[in-house]
Amino acid sequence: MDKVQDNRAWFLIIPVFLIVAFSAVVPLMTVVNYSVQEIFGPGQTFFVGTEWFEAVLKDERLHDALVRQIIYSLAVLAIEIPLGILIALGMPGGRSAKTSLTLVLLALPLLIPFNVVGTIWQIFGRGDIGLLGATFRAIGIDYNYTNNSAHAWVTVLVMDVWHWTSLVALLCYAGLQSIPPAFYQAAKIDGASKWAVFRYIQLPKMRGVLIIAVLLRFMDSFMIYTEPFVLTGGGPGNSTTFLSQYLTQMAVGQFDIGKAAAFSIVYFLIVLLFSFIFYTIITRTGEGEKK
Amino acid sequence: MATIQFDNLGHSYHPHPSKPEDYALRRLSQEWEDGKAYALLGPSGCGKSTLLNIISGLLVPSEGRVLFDGLDVTRCTPEERNIAQVFQFPVIYDTMTVYENLAFPLRNRKVPAADVDRRVRQVAEALDLTADLKKRAQRLTPDAKQKISMGRGLVRSDVAAILFDEPLTVIDPHTKWILRRKLRQIHEEYRLTMIYVTHDQVEALTFADKVAVMYEGAMVQLGTPQELFENPEHTFVGYFIGSPGINLMPCTLGNDHALVDGIAIPLPDRAMSSAGGRVGGKFELGIRPEFLELTRSGNAGAIPVQVTGVDDLGTSKLATVRLNSHTLKVRLSEEQEIPALDAAIRFPTRWTKLYRDSHLVG
Repeated sequence: MDKVQDNRAWFLIIPVFLIVAFSAVVPLMTVVNYSVQEIFGPGQTFFVGTEWFEAVLKDERLHDALVRQIIYSLAVLAIEIPLGILIALGMPGGRSAKTSLTLVLLALPLLIPFNVVGTIWQIFGRGDIGLLGATFRAIGIDYNYTNNSAHAWVTVLVMDVWHWTSLVALLCYAGLQSIPPAFYQAAKIDGASKWAVFRYIQLPKMRGVLIIAVLLRFMDSFMIYTEPFVLTGGGPGNSTTFLSQYLTQMAVGQFDIGKAAAFSIVYFLIVLLFSFIFYTIITRTGEGEKK
Repeated sequence: MATIQFDNLGHSYHPHPSKPEDYALRRLSQEWEDGKAYALLGPSGCGKSTLLNIISGLLVPSEGRVLFDGLDVTRCTPEERNIAQVFQFPVIYDTMTVYENLAFPLRNRKVPAADVDRRVRQVAEALDLTADLKKRAQRLTPDAKQKISMGRGLVRSDVAAILFDEPLTVIDPHTKWILRRKLRQIHEEYRLTMIYVTHDQVEALTFADKVAVMYEGAMVQLGTPQELFENPEHTFVGYFIGSPGINLMPCTLGNDHALVDGIAIPLPDRAMSSAGGRVGGKFELGIRPEFLELTRSGNAGAIPVQVTGVDDLGTSKLATVRLNSHTLKVRLSEEQEIPALDAAIRFPTRWTKLYRDSHLVG
């Protein structure tokens, strides 16, 4: 900092700083501001300190939603990651019409707007006119996602798998395609089994894309809102009410701005914490001994 | 260890090859001896990697057969043929240690742990990897990684042959030289059949007992380094081996000599007898710069030339001379004087070669 010229560099980051401030920092600070106040209306606010945070941490319904959310996100990861890897392994390689067709088919669910996905499954699952619901009914299973919480839960999960497994598969496919053919030839010559090829070549080479896949799927599923909202509206009861939906009910439904703000911050910290944990675990495994 | 035979072997990547140019590897019948070191030498795209992959079993040839010790293995996998191969770029298993990498081919074949340990340590010792055995392979330098790849090839004591596909491309020149010596030593010690693909003539000539020179999909000569140098059977061999390559001049045939622009150059008897008819085909006269003699005109058999340049290469000199429209290179010793005005060259009959349509006549 001896030279004055050095400080001129700061001017260059001002535009970025302003954009980030208006798009992220200011809204976040507004939420922080709300979270420590009781708000009755415009101008009728007073400071309550950490009261809202205490209320949020003690909220039974929130605990239930959080547990439900964690189970849901873990289930999403446990199904979508292995399934995505399997699909990627089974996809045709090279530049053929078959490859293009597979890629297009896989990309389709990703292109559908979230609320449309919810609507598709809402109709698909209906017992009277939906293909899925009617089929279940025809083979004698009393499937009804509107009044059976287990059915509702599984339907939301399957919908997510349908919607997002492609993303994992496409990411893994990209990772697999980047492996030079010499690796497979060498493995053949070394007499490696199919499992060994997967374990020692494909999986290590996919690590980078898997980190991204796990983080994206975790963060997205942890913040899921639109699809279950359209499909089940969080019911029956609260069985498919996840964190973001509970938050919306609190903020928009009950107009509990202060509590909702405190909840938002806790929510944000949870996502941040989990993402950090996943990132650390995945980047460390396979790294082995640290220098 | 195995004798490798090619029986009418050929390969084309086209589904219905019709012209000779459609073939990546043209018809070839040959026998390669057990326990020898061979090099496949040629420019990129000459078919050497195609031939290597056919030998290793990664590629099934479209025509002909490959036999190991008389057994047809054309359709066998590399594993069934018991081949080891080292690739151009290091292939290592990132998540394993150096030791596990070296042990991998043996463990896959259910070799007892004690034998695995003994072989791995032997190979690590030979390749100077002992200190790194416990390290994770991913963290090593490119040369060390390539040593691991080689080690995985060498670790199996029972292989039919070890194939090297330009393995020293990524290695720096000094280490390259050391590794080549190592391979040579290992070859002499264990008498493994080794096949080494390269586009570098020095690498091929220093490594191999026999060098196969490939050009446009055809194997133009298989011989010892000395044979390739002294008696190139194809103009390409003359041009590719040696630096600079052979001097070539189009010529016609006289009674017992070749005529280059009307200048008679004597030819060895065998060239004359095997040339047969004097017409048909394009004749060329070839002689290596090392065998051309620079003298003064007036001496017996000397043909006057004009010296246009001399490069001092430190250990020898290279003179460029003009003979009418032809430019020739002559290699001279450091001490030899270069006549300024009355320079002439002499073609020693023994080393003067006659080619018809690029193939040696005599």
